[in-house]
Amino acid sequence: MAYDKFTTLTSTAVPMPIENVDTDQIIPARFLKATKREGFGDNLFRDWRYNGDDTPKADFVLNNPIYKGKILVGGKNFGSGSSREHAAWAVYDYGFRCVVSSFFADIFKNNCLNIGVLPVQISPEFANEIFEAIYADANTELEINLEAQTITLLSSGTQESFVINNYKKGNMLNGFDDIDYLQNMKSEIETFTESRPF
Amino acid sequence: MSKSLFDKVWDSHVVRSIEDGPDVLYIDRHLIHEVTSPVAFVGLESRGLSVLYPERTFAVADHNTPTINQHLPVQDPLSANQLKTLEDNANKYGISHWGLGHQNNGIVHVVGPENGITLPGATIVCGDSHTSTHGAFGAIAFGIGTSEVEMVLTTQCIMQPKPKKMRISVNGVLNKAVTPKDVGLYIIAQLTTSGATGYFVEYAGDVFENMTMEGRMTVCNLSIEMGARGGMIAPDAKTFEYIKGRPKTPKGADWDTAMAYWNTLKTDDDAVFDKEFTFNADDIEPMITYGTNPGMGMGISNNIPSADAVEGGKATYDKSLAYMGYAENEQMIGKKIDYVFIGSCTNGRIEDFRAFASIVKGRQKANNVTAWLVPGSHIVEEKIKEEGLLTIFEDAGFVLREPGCSACLAMNDDKVPAGKYAVSTSNRNFEGRQGPGSRTLLASPLVAAAAAVTGLVTDPREFL
Repeated sequence: MAYDKFTTLTSTAVPMPIENVDTDQIIPARFLKATKREGFGDNLFRDWRYNGDDTPKADFVLNNPIYKGKILVGGKNFGSGSSREHAAWAVYDYGFRCVVSSFFADIFKNNCLNIGVLPVQISPEFANEIFEAIYADANTELEINLEAQTITLLSSGTQESFVINNYKKGNMLNGFDDIDYLQNMKSEIETFTESRPF
Repeated sequence: MSKSLFDKVWDSHVVRSIEDGPDVLYIDRHLIHEVTSPVAFVGLESRGLSVLYPERTFAVADHNTPTINQHLPVQDPLSANQLKTLEDNANKYGISHWGLGHQNNGIVHVVGPENGITLPGATIVCGDSHTSTHGAFGAIAFGIGTSEVEMVLTTQCIMQPKPKKMRISVNGVLNKAVTPKDVGLYIIAQLTTSGATGYFVEYAGDVFENMTMEGRMTVCNLSIEMGARGGMIAPDAKTFEYIKGRPKTPKGADWDTAMAYWNTLKTDDDAVFDKEFTFNADDIEPMITYGTNPGMGMGISNNIPSADAVEGGKATYDKSLAYMGYAENEQMIGKKIDYVFIGSCTNGRIEDFRAFASIVKGRQKANNVTAWLVPGSHIVEEKIKEEGLLTIFEDAGFVLREPGCSACLAMNDDKVPAGKYAVSTSNRNFEGRQGPGSRTLLASPLVAAAAAVTGLVTDPREFL
């Protein structure tokens, strides 16, 4: 399904400086039993967020009311493990439109791009500066400009560029997705199929 | 220009290359299961689209399926609904469906090769990261998200930038009790869980050349655990021997044509890789994990490495060990365990059950251990019976269950309780992977067998 256009985003951010956050943590397997894409945000980081009796864990960042916003800043190698797109859906459904990390796992990054969540990869040094700034002041804002491919920490003015290929960038700016593109090359695909040996 | 095996297969599937964008990649074989496909079908319907080539997609129920009493209705209503949805979607669009109870049912990555769906030189995708398993046959095989499942259903293509190339060579001869699983866990421990992110791996060298097809599948299966999109091994006589005559492999003249192509599928001598690693077989001992990602593995006779020796930062390391209830520099041998799981797309094949039997034969399951022996498919289950392994298991106090993903990801009833330790032949030791609060030690079928009869982490070399 096509998604909302993404141009610029200015928001406070939620800090999660844990490395190797895998998609089983983002959404545990037992919450993958739906047959429609609804309500996954409720179970985002379920087992880090809630005790076994469904009471919130007070020390988890999503349960701390001072941290909020549309940007999640994660540790290195964010989104590793299972290919479940449900992880990206849960991030989106919870209200995040952008995930920032010094390194992303491949499939998670791809899934985010396919549903309109922008993954922004920055240097480890800048990631540390962002974490420190948010811990010093939870109202610290980040500005993401997709057209310019920049991310700025507004309190200090520190800015970095990020990489996104031109095709995906166009998709996100316009709210298109890959199926929109592929539908337009059906006859080319059908011709290609005839050449396949098996 | 010289090409690697990966280049040859990838390039021959590019329908269109987009400048400063992805390649449009043609997909020969598409596997779907009940968890990651339903929303893709909802997407198709909401756009008014259909399935372009239903004969190229194969539906298999595996993640949610119970591993006992499969002839009875599935008890969990949500699981039952997903299984029914898979069946309904398959029927509606004319897709082959091997559901619960079907003679070919099993874990999608076990039944694909068994039935000849998996072929050298093919592109194979599935909404499951362990699709990398099929790379053992010289296929490009990798996991995709549900949006991409929808793309493949309706256009038989996905859009992917071509990954970089990595070659991992392991040379020499493996030591006693060192299995393909140990080779995989060793490589992941060396590279870390993000060491191959952005790359597609080719495995080369003596160890993989001498490995059985089952073993190659185990190694390729684990490629994703170091972040690689997939891993592959050049097809050889062993590969062709394995696939020949299987239900869906080419026959007659088609086989000869295919063979002519498959014989070209090897890396050219002067091909260049973006990154290369070389390891010695002799450095690898039976492995076990002590932490909460597959990169936190070690030789079973070693002590748990200290925080400064492990990639990932002290806070992450401490969180991981606290979850496991372990401390740095502790010995793993002798740690008490509660559960043993043999199965999954990593180690649920006949060779894995033969290895397990080689240790439990003539011994008894430890009283404090709950063991789940779960074949990867009905075909594996039948072989276990034919070869007399079932008798060995039963004499030793074990029960054989019915096929499915089982305790690998705890989507069915096979869940390890909170705080309990499981020696598991599966692929992931993430927090809660085998049930909320469960603690997983990844290992080979031999290490699992040694633990099953002693109730402790035990060096399998003691029994061989």
